[in-house]
Amino acid sequence: MNLSKLEYILKGRSSQPHQLIEVLQDVQESYGYIPEQAMREISKTLGVPLIEVYRVASFYKAFKLKPSGKYVITICNGTACHVRGSQLLLDQAISQLGIQPGEVTEDGLFSIECVNCLGACALGPIASENGSYHHHMTPAKLRKYIESIHREEKEEVKHAQAGYERRPGDYAAAASPR
Amino acid sequence: MHKLATREDLETTRQQHLLDRKKINKTIIICGGTGCTASRSQDVINAINQELLAQDMDSSVHLRVTGCHGFCEQGPIMVIEPGNIFYCHVTPDDAHDIVALTLRDGEIIERLLYTDPVSGIKIRTESEIPFYRAQDRQLLSRNREVNPCSIEDYIAVGGYTALVKVLDSLSPEEIIHEIKVSGLRGRGGGGFPTGRKWAECHEAPGDEKYVICNADEGDPGAYMDRCVLEGNPYLVLEGMMIGAYAVGATKGYIYVRNEYPLAVKHARLTVQQARKYGLLGEDILGSSFSFDVDVARGGGAFVCGESTALMASLEGKVGEPRPKDVHTVVDGLWHKPTTLNNVETWANVPSIILNGAKWFASKGTKGSKGTKILALTGRIKNTGLVEVAMGTPIRDVVFTIGGGAVDGKAIKAVQTGGPSGGCLPVDKFDLPVDFDVLYEAGSMVGSGGMVVMDESSCMVDVAKYFLTFLQDESCGMCVSCRLGIDRMLEIITDITEGRGTLEQLDLLEELADTVTQTSLCGLGKTAANPVLSTLRYFREEYEAHINEKRCPAGVCKALIEYSIDPEKCTGCGRCKQACIHGAISGEKKEPHVIDPELCQKCGICRSECKHEAIQVK
Repeated sequence: MNLSKLEYILKGRSSQPHQLIEVLQDVQESYGYIPEQAMREISKTLGVPLIEVYRVASFYKAFKLKPSGKYVITICNGTACHVRGSQLLLDQAISQLGIQPGEVTEDGLFSIECVNCLGACALGPIASENGSYHHHMTPAKLRKYIESIHREEKEEVKHAQAGYERRPGDYAAAASPR
Repeated sequence: MHKLATREDLETTRQQHLLDRKKINKTIIICGGTGCTASRSQDVINAINQELLAQDMDSSVHLRVTGCHGFCEQGPIMVIEPGNIFYCHVTPDDAHDIVALTLRDGEIIERLLYTDPVSGIKIRTESEIPFYRAQDRQLLSRNREVNPCSIEDYIAVGGYTALVKVLDSLSPEEIIHEIKVSGLRGRGGGGFPTGRKWAECHEAPGDEKYVICNADEGDPGAYMDRCVLEGNPYLVLEGMMIGAYAVGATKGYIYVRNEYPLAVKHARLTVQQARKYGLLGEDILGSSFSFDVDVARGGGAFVCGESTALMASLEGKVGEPRPKDVHTVVDGLWHKPTTLNNVETWANVPSIILNGAKWFASKGTKGSKGTKILALTGRIKNTGLVEVAMGTPIRDVVFTIGGGAVDGKAIKAVQTGGPSGGCLPVDKFDLPVDFDVLYEAGSMVGSGGMVVMDESSCMVDVAKYFLTFLQDESCGMCVSCRLGIDRMLEIITDITEGRGTLEQLDLLEELADTVTQTSLCGLGKTAANPVLSTLRYFREEYEAHINEKRCPAGVCKALIEYSIDPEKCTGCGRCKQACIHGAISGEKKEPHVIDPELCQKCGICRSECKHEAIQVK
């Protein structure tokens, strides 16, 4: 792992145990997960026992101990989304991708997250892809959407030599609004 | 931007910004809140900006991107002033017409107006829309007045005048008295009298005290704090400053959910701007009051909404609650006296100081004063954020503001108060939004989530949903909460999968009582509420699952079957094509059939069918 980002995060926070959660937030943001090596470094720098770093990192939902897929499909399962059928969305993602929430597909492309509330309750059910929200989702829309990412990914491999590059999040426009 | 050294400096700055505002009389206000952003309002904003430039109108029209206006269902929404013209479901393609017709010529674009779903009439102005008309928007209406990234906007509309009043003429005791008399109670769920909390913290010994803004809105189905903090973070900060002055705190924290990136961003920006203006720091506005605030991101744990767990989290520890024999107002963050209030509570403070306790207390009921923001969601026509005076009957909220049921289905219940609250049936809809009344009825106002359910919602499934949520979120410290929720969930799962017995219902009630009695924190103490309230009001649904092995709402997968109504099926083939399990067969233009052996009940066919021919029984 690239340690320079971690060094930057830890700069000026030496021996400040109360900064633990903030540091972990920054590590999660920079690396996409909390690598073991990072936990060891954090423990030394902040002066927090390693077991405590692990305890905090595994307690809070914001921290992942394993890397996520390139596309994180997040299904909101807040109450408002639930009464509008979000469970069907989750079932759809699980059966289509063949993984459970928290897991990554073999090709490293997708992971599924199930969250308690994304806070856009009026527009439920909500699914999001790398932080971009799609409202009024249905199982059929979600399926097409995941298929479209798959398709684009295949094309991207084809176009790689031509220098074509696409960033996650560009799919915002692909999901059809209601 | 220069530092404001005195109260006069603030006033001069305000006058300057007011003059700047008055120079341009046309304003287009576009919602950039999370709901409208999800509906791609950023594309609309970009398109309007381009059109203003292209049509040479950029210097004569002010474009203000604001926080949430509340009517998220209609997003992206915009209001054009003067005229209060309200456009909804706006797309980037509409930008040209909006600038050319409405902004230049004052012409109304019919197709963008809101159509009242009840009367079918197109409505021109925001204030005439029934959704808004029936509300009392003391806090929410201020979102549209300010760009949440511009402290100048806030200053121009009278920001920090409550702070100045406090610094000029009120002692901490007088402020606390005012808050007490106003009857303000905590908006986060507990409903604890704010004035009493402040008084105890003020009287607690110690020089080092803290104030905390709890923006860790973990209730699923609730997002009012998010919208207030995203839309008007300055108001929240001003409330905190007044609170800090009253209790004698010099340091504050805004603890905000990391799942709300926009709220984090706006809160941070607000603090930075306030520091630059000298509104945070040493000797604020030339007074002897010094105060600073930091923004801390929550780690995503529901239990951290509990005050002691939140404080543990701020200290960098695991968010586990601790006994409150000594209250946090005496022994809080880092064992110092600490006042913790919710976003909405803080946001109410400046207007109480400015308008007086009597003004605030004139709204509401005997025990619940002021207004309350509710997140009105679920199976109704108008979903969004609404603000009503306390005491407003639930019926008015659901039917007048919410517009009633969708798809001709009958409304069955409303879930209030999130996982700690309960479900109230339609015959209780005359109950007012009131802390004490809803508590008596087995639910609670909570933080203000209001999820409407109709006959397509299964109440046993709702109880199961909340138990699953709570099982996941229990910190695991108390045995009764950790294991009690597990056992309750096992029983409910049995019932939803057709293995339930009537005796289990008695056991369920017994377990619920034990968990309530023996858990330490609010999460455990209220964990049984969703089960108890559904058992109390919807026992017949439990009995249908147990006795008839039937889910009346058609939700519980083990008890339902998908089929196609041959009367409604046109044989279009959409469902057949969509079914990935190959469970649907049929010839073109002939009614199709579902093979129950192959059907996985995934619901895809139902969401694809244009003729509502897929039945679930």
